[in-house]
Amino acid sequence: MSNYILTLGIFIVINGIVACGLNIIVGYAGQISLGHAAFFGIGAYTAALLATKAGFSFWMSLPVVIIVTGTVGLLLGLPSLRVREDFLAITTIGINFIVESIFMYVPFFGGALGIGGISRILFFGTRLREAGFLALAGSLLALSMLCSWWFARSWTGLACFSIRDDETAASSMGISPVLFKLIAFMAGTAMAGVGGSLYAHYMRFISATDFGFPVSVMILSMVVVGGMGTLWGPVLGALLLTVLPEVFRPLTEYRMLLYAALLLLMIRFQPGGLLGEYSVFRNLTRRLVGRGRS
Amino acid sequence: MELFLEQLLNGIAIGFIYALITSGLALVYGILRILHVAHAAIYALGAYVGLGVYILTGSLIVAIPVSMAVCSLVGVAIEKFVYFPLLKYPPYVPLIASIALLIGIEEILRLAASPYIHAFPAEIPIDPVPLGPVTLSPILVTVYLVTVGVLAALWFISTRTELGLAMRASSQDLHIAGSLGINTSRIISITFTIGSSTAAIAGILVGIYFNQVYPTMGAVPAYKTLALIVVGGLGSVPGAVLASVLLGISETLLIGYAHIPLPRDALAFIAMIAVLMWRPQGLLGRR
Repeated sequence: MSNYILTLGIFIVINGIVACGLNIIVGYAGQISLGHAAFFGIGAYTAALLATKAGFSFWMSLPVVIIVTGTVGLLLGLPSLRVREDFLAITTIGINFIVESIFMYVPFFGGALGIGGISRILFFGTRLREAGFLALAGSLLALSMLCSWWFARSWTGLACFSIRDDETAASSMGISPVLFKLIAFMAGTAMAGVGGSLYAHYMRFISATDFGFPVSVMILSMVVVGGMGTLWGPVLGALLLTVLPEVFRPLTEYRMLLYAALLLLMIRFQPGGLLGEYSVFRNLTRRLVGRGRS
Repeated sequence: MELFLEQLLNGIAIGFIYALITSGLALVYGILRILHVAHAAIYALGAYVGLGVYILTGSLIVAIPVSMAVCSLVGVAIEKFVYFPLLKYPPYVPLIASIALLIGIEEILRLAASPYIHAFPAEIPIDPVPLGPVTLSPILVTVYLVTVGVLAALWFISTRTELGLAMRASSQDLHIAGSLGINTSRIISITFTIGSSTAAIAGILVGIYFNQVYPTMGAVPAYKTLALIVVGGLGSVPGAVLASVLLGISETLLIGYAHIPLPRDALAFIAMIAVLMWRPQGLLGRR
């Protein structure tokens, strides 16, 4: 396999991990977030700073990154307790812009120049290049999906679903919206942190614009296009929306226009996502299964 | 003192321009509960159409109505073909559709009229107005007059006409308004027409004020105006106007006098989060 394909695969996997995290917040707990790239960025910057200033390896910094992004996610999840739906969507957009401008304008975070010279990942003394990195990132994606699957089946997941479907009813049954929303925010942002850490160690150079609002839109689009609240949806969405711009690359000038048109068509005609309820895939599989039974 | 006055006058002008964009956005949100991000793309389209017609005819009197008409058509088309069928889904679905539209329209503008900045060399036949120690330039006078005129017209339509009554009823409850005999789909289209026309006027004014028209001119307003309608109280037009004018003034004065390490565009969002934590329903919003 050429390095181009492997690199593309790594981006799909990293986006998949970040989208899985967002799926827990939006798909499971029903809290719309349009600022997920901020947490992706916080993870990447934490890993980058630990690697360049403190000399931490990827393995040493990973737990720190998870704790830091989870904690920041918890803090920035607090507004979700105060505002709902559209207000929350715009608040998270605001958080994204503020975090991006802090990275951009505070000299400690490298300012407009970003942070370079981040070390490669060492695995038992060997440097991980494309193929090895893909294997590592792939196993972390599998781990994230396992966590998502476990989360959805656990009692915590059930509580989150009930808050998503009807917050008032859930809280009158004794389920604390505060607790479970914050748990969902923490779990989701911690996954974004893992993705960010991988991104920083793969790119070895990061700057604030890598984590701007357009990236948040992209991640949310992945979750929605794939199928919100499903296990495989975010990964399918990450695959499609990472590969599509590459497929359109020969069209140079018209690339973004075609991408926008396709996104619009998908959301207009499959608003529940490709793997969601009433989608083409679901209907197709249901019909096939139904025919098999009769 | 003179510098302060000039800064203040400029700040009010910026605030007025924000107010023109946000009032349309607040109207649309009020009736459909959709975050119409593509509104900013319509504003950029308005500037382009206005500039094109101005270059062809040399007259702003022709350029403004043509631009308003084109923007209204595009706005109503977006409402009919994209938003209306998506109304029954959660709010993030139309929001993503709207973001896709924003990117798409920006790309069309870039492909049709090159990615470079165009100048908008409009001449306004008004003399500068002396005001104490400072003078108001013709463009400032135009911005003030047009904004006050448009906002007064909006106020008149919504409070003094039957159309306004129907619009207010529809924004309170679309289904009940429909069952009382209001043709709600017509009211929604009229709301989009009014909103898109004000966006077109705002686009032309911004083009002349900064003498710049470029494809991504809607990018920053797209999200900043969302923050503004939240601060004002979602769906409240007077609140949106108040928030816009306050932001325009404070942005200009803070950049002029205080040395804050953050860019001016982050200011709107910091103000927004502060206001939301204090009043979750916005400045003039109702629960």
